[in-house]
Amino acid sequence: MSTEFLYFVEVLINGLMAGVMYSLVALGFVLIFKASGIFNFSQGVMALFAALTLAGIMEGQVPFAHIINSIFGTNIHHFGWHVPAVLAIILTVFVMIGFAWAVQRFVFRHLVGQEPIILFMATIGLAYFLEGLGDIMWGSDIKTLALGLPQGGARWLEDATAGLGGDDFYGFFIDKLDMVATVVAAVLVTALILFSQYTKHGRAMRAVADDHQAALSVGISLNFIWILVWSLAGFVALVAGIMWGAKSGVQFSLSLIALKALPVLMLGGFTSIPGAIVGGLIIGMGEKVFEYMIGPMVGGATENWFAYVLALLFLVFRPQGLFGERIIERV
Amino acid sequence: MNAMVDPYTTEDGRKIGGVLMDMRNITLRFGGVEAIKDISFNIREGEIRAIIGPNGAGKSSMLNVISGFYKPQEGEVHFRGSIRPPMKPYQVARLGIARTFQNIALFEGMSVLDNIMTGRLNHMKTGLFAQAIWKGAAEKEEIENRAHVERVIDFLEIQAIRKTPVGRLPYGLKKRVELARALAADPKLLLLDEPMAGMNVEEKEDMSRFILDVNDEFGTTIALIEHDMGVVMDLSDRVVVMDYGRKIGDGTPSEIISNQEVIDAYLGVAHD
Repeated sequence: MSTEFLYFVEVLINGLMAGVMYSLVALGFVLIFKASGIFNFSQGVMALFAALTLAGIMEGQVPFAHIINSIFGTNIHHFGWHVPAVLAIILTVFVMIGFAWAVQRFVFRHLVGQEPIILFMATIGLAYFLEGLGDIMWGSDIKTLALGLPQGGARWLEDATAGLGGDDFYGFFIDKLDMVATVVAAVLVTALILFSQYTKHGRAMRAVADDHQAALSVGISLNFIWILVWSLAGFVALVAGIMWGAKSGVQFSLSLIALKALPVLMLGGFTSIPGAIVGGLIIGMGEKVFEYMIGPMVGGATENWFAYVLALLFLVFRPQGLFGERIIERV
Repeated sequence: MNAMVDPYTTEDGRKIGGVLMDMRNITLRFGGVEAIKDISFNIREGEIRAIIGPNGAGKSSMLNVISGFYKPQEGEVHFRGSIRPPMKPYQVARLGIARTFQNIALFEGMSVLDNIMTGRLNHMKTGLFAQAIWKGAAEKEEIENRAHVERVIDFLEIQAIRKTPVGRLPYGLKKRVELARALAADPKLLLLDEPMAGMNVEEKEDMSRFILDVNDEFGTTIALIEHDMGVVMDLSDRVVVMDYGRKIGDGTPSEIISNQEVIDAYLGVAHD
């Protein structure tokens, strides 16, 4: 096999894996949008907040330390313990469930029946609120997530594939963290699909997504389902936050990954879980391949805009995305 | 004792029991408009109770009051002997009051089977965690409820479409699936909002047969709204007649037919 072709394959694989990371964020959007018609702009910030909380709990940080210190004149910052990763993840899940409850109780319960644009604006407000809350609770310094996730290229894969090409080819370089993310995403999506297809609460979730009145008439509490959905989205945000946080550190720019999820949603459709995955893969792969093939001709940096141009094309020719429900206006 | 509340057996051998649901002096207002004005009537266990009246009489509003979608400003709702406090629709459903809608409210994207399974939600008690890991109790429960749903599917003769997404079904079948979903809940009271609206003669006959069979076989108490007078007279044990939010008649079909006020309001004043 030619070296050139092998490089192309490597770019392709890396693109797919980068796409998985986008999918993780897009998933959270789809969950909430399907069940409540709310386009949750704060999904990216939820990922940031979850990652901040996880890092903070693990390091034994005192939440709201700055406020406490300035009120009581104390100087505490750490509890002085380290919480094991598994326990910290469980605690963070509880924090995200609490967040889901609060969002429902204090924001969306009062906005039932409002225009989509108003719900959307509320989520923008929520995004900024949550960003500020994360800052106040855990501080604004960059944190590392010491979860023990593998980093760097996979040596065994490099060694195993080095022989495929000529002397210039040193084997596929694939980030181990990306591999872990792929496996985690696959497990997560499978679990979500099984949950929504085959369990009572999953069925209730789909029922609410479909028709509110009918759902009420069979005894489903909309409020409960919305809290459940926001909790699930919070959990997905935590997974995304862990993966992105492990990759580039837990910093506030993490919330911007939401912007990369938008083109993914345009492609996959706002209402389809498989769509979020496939959309992410296409965007990730497309952007890496485009950069590799076309990038050198136009001076590079195509990754910054490729996804959005692709999304724009989809908006023009297939506005419901690849898997979204078809938009038919009956007259 | 009062003839309106004593249990008795009908000519065709069905048992009519005591009062299941008692609406007392219900008044419902939308802003300044009184949709229901001080109406009282009851529904007895095992009977088929019809609510009729011209368009805009307040029939659907009354059904929505019973199912908790509307909250009356005045009056009391008594269910199974005790007063029912103001409730959300899903709480009313959990009491065992199932309903269908005039404009069909089904989960269009889900299969017929899944739609009917949602009717069983209140009979499934396992918690979220057990559901999530899908083992033991949750699995057993799913199988039991699935068996119940299959019986309903057989009963309403919709085996052939059980896997079909509801959105693809014709109107008449959708109506039947909606009835199946309500029936799957094993309701103590079944509310049908114009179950035969927009149907052709054949579909109407089918639906009438199913309603009678449901009542006969399961002893389900049914309250229904219907426009077709012939159907109402054939199906129901007792009829409430509404006009402009008031109750103008209440009794057996034969009593209603000969009630002058009803004839004037609903059937039109006779031309001599």
